[in-house]
Amino acid sequence: MKTLAELNEIRERMKTKVSVRENGNTYRVVVGMATCGIAAGARPVMSALLSEVTAQHLEDTVHVSQTGCIGICQYEPVVEIFKGDEKYTYVKMTPEKMKEVVDSHLKNGKPITEYTIGSM
Amino acid sequence: MIRTHVLVCGGTGCMSSGSAKIREVLQSEIDKAGLTEEVKVVQTGCFGLCALGPVMIIYPEGTFYSRVTAEDVPEIVEEHLVKGRLVQRLVYNDTGEAKKPEGPVSLNETGFYKKQMRVALRNCGVIDPENIDEYIGRDGYSALEKVLTSMTPDDVIKVIGDSGLRGRGGAGFPTARKWQFAKNSVSDKKYVVCNADEGDPGAFMDRSVLEGDPHAVLEAMAIAGYAIGADEGYVYVRAEYPIAVKRLSIAIGQAREYGLLGKDIFGTGFNFDVSIRLGSGAFVCGEETALLTSIEGNRGEPRPRPPFPAVKGLFGQPTIINNVETLANVAQIINNGAEWFAQMGTEKSKGTKVFALGGKINHTGLVEIPMGTPLRTIIEEIGGGIPNGKKFKAAQTGGPSGGCIPASLIDTPVDYESLQSIGSMMGSGGLIVMDEDNCMVDIAKFFLEFTVDESCGKCTPCRIGTRRMLDILNRIVEGKGEEGDIEKLEALANDIKATALCGLGQTAPNPVLSTIRYFRDEYEAHIREKRCPAGKCKALARFTIDPEKCKGCSACSRKCPVNAISGVIKSPFVIDQDKCIKCGTCLETCKFGAISKK
Repeated sequence: MKTLAELNEIRERMKTKVSVRENGNTYRVVVGMATCGIAAGARPVMSALLSEVTAQHLEDTVHVSQTGCIGICQYEPVVEIFKGDEKYTYVKMTPEKMKEVVDSHLKNGKPITEYTIGSM
Repeated sequence: MIRTHVLVCGGTGCMSSGSAKIREVLQSEIDKAGLTEEVKVVQTGCFGLCALGPVMIIYPEGTFYSRVTAEDVPEIVEEHLVKGRLVQRLVYNDTGEAKKPEGPVSLNETGFYKKQMRVALRNCGVIDPENIDEYIGRDGYSALEKVLTSMTPDDVIKVIGDSGLRGRGGAGFPTARKWQFAKNSVSDKKYVVCNADEGDPGAFMDRSVLEGDPHAVLEAMAIAGYAIGADEGYVYVRAEYPIAVKRLSIAIGQAREYGLLGKDIFGTGFNFDVSIRLGSGAFVCGEETALLTSIEGNRGEPRPRPPFPAVKGLFGQPTIINNVETLANVAQIINNGAEWFAQMGTEKSKGTKVFALGGKINHTGLVEIPMGTPLRTIIEEIGGGIPNGKKFKAAQTGGPSGGCIPASLIDTPVDYESLQSIGSMMGSGGLIVMDEDNCMVDIAKFFLEFTVDESCGKCTPCRIGTRRMLDILNRIVEGKGEEGDIEKLEALANDIKATALCGLGQTAPNPVLSTIRYFRDEYEAHIREKRCPAGKCKALARFTIDPEKCKGCSACSRKCPVNAISGVIKSPFVIDQDKCIKCGTCLETCKFGAISKK
């Protein structure tokens, strides 16, 4: 038997789970996972991204997907973050840098420009 | 964190083309690739595009894959889920434009979906129907909460009334008025019944709602129970819908466990519980009084009205009977308000309607459109037109109780009044498309055969009248029609309509009347010229060999099962019309196009 409060709790918890099936006002994080990306270490970057997003409770506003080679293999692992018309391309990522980006960019809205391709 | 959801359709259509196996292989491939913690496989209800099943959609990208086989799955996992590359050959991106886009498109941009509006099917193909939490996550049971904690029964009936919701089972009776009648009836015991006895051949929207979103129906039944003062509900569903029955049973179990059905819901003192009754597939049990008789444990036969069920229904108590699709709208009307619902559709027909598209159409499947959408949009844009470049001839709505809409009326808006004014009806939502190869006399005969079979036999007009009509139709298609047959059919039809006991008999003559109304010339050709213009009626077909084109190869005469074709090699052969059984084998065999069927 559930009380109204418990029901609302389920509702809030599940909303974030099913929201991935809608396109909302969210960050879309795309990790390059072609052969070049994987060889350069994209998998640990992806794992770090996913666990950090979970740890910071950002599932509601962050959608993670992956893409193939975008042609800048020497800069892999590449992580692109989209929101609206904005796009940031983070290059030569590591799990540690990824965690910083989650905290600063995805959580607090402050992109870390020194990790982006423009600073290379 | 689960980054990707892979939704696999678990509707009956996709299940029968192997989606259960796909789901199994998918999960094992995902586990093998080490993505168990990142990718979730969800079995959902029907997406609607059954013609292209099994279908799968991958979020957050929203990539739609169609006609997926179990063999494709390892590639999808390896390419899409691991490397993020599309499996291009499986992507469905038909936008209905002449030129297909290069990449994938969002589902809502495809030709099939872009003109649709999903209300009753809102959760079908989006949530896992066997997981109550997913329903709750899509605002499930919040309407019940709102009703029980902040509205009076009269408020509920008023909102439903203001929304303009009408019964989706076919007749289009205003839902709120039904509820009001039952509320006004004074009794200690009242019932809410959900009519899920979908019997119209070709219709499967109620099945899909039960399979894809069973909680929406349960929630609406509880709301209806509160509105009329009932504490018990029944879902009468046919046993031929095993997946729907299973998911509904699971849903009832989960709702009871959460206390959303049962005693003292939300501590408000309101009690409501639902149980399932299985029907054995008699068409007449979709008629409300026969349905009640069947739930009571008796042979499913209708009883005269009045008294109407709202006054004296199940076990003699006030009862409301609502169709599945009607109920699927209720919670959303409560949540979004009457105005939200009333702004969709036309002046008298509010909201949307789900249709099961079938017959000679490219996208067979399930579509939901705002009321008043022209038939042309449904057939040409959403349905993707007629296959093989054939011409649209007519569409049948309302199944065996409805009528046909000829090509000349293809711009008719689809709503209750417009369809009625042209001699058809909304019906429960079967929409069967016919092309130039369909003979309208044969179609009328098909539907009448169905109602003759399904007549329960209680009243004479239906039991004997429909059989007499069928006898006449059989004569006509066999080339034994007589002058005056059409008039005889019309007279019988009008008598049956006026005197049959229940909806089954009263509407059974409709397909005959509407085909006579729009295709009288076809009936006349059968009767007077002994000719079937569509070339469909076997007994009237005549196969002939064109001596100009015949090379005298003897291929046809060797294939003919009754040795009706004779001739000398290298000179034209002839068909003996007395021996010919019109099987059409010669037509298929001839490589020179020398044989024609008239």
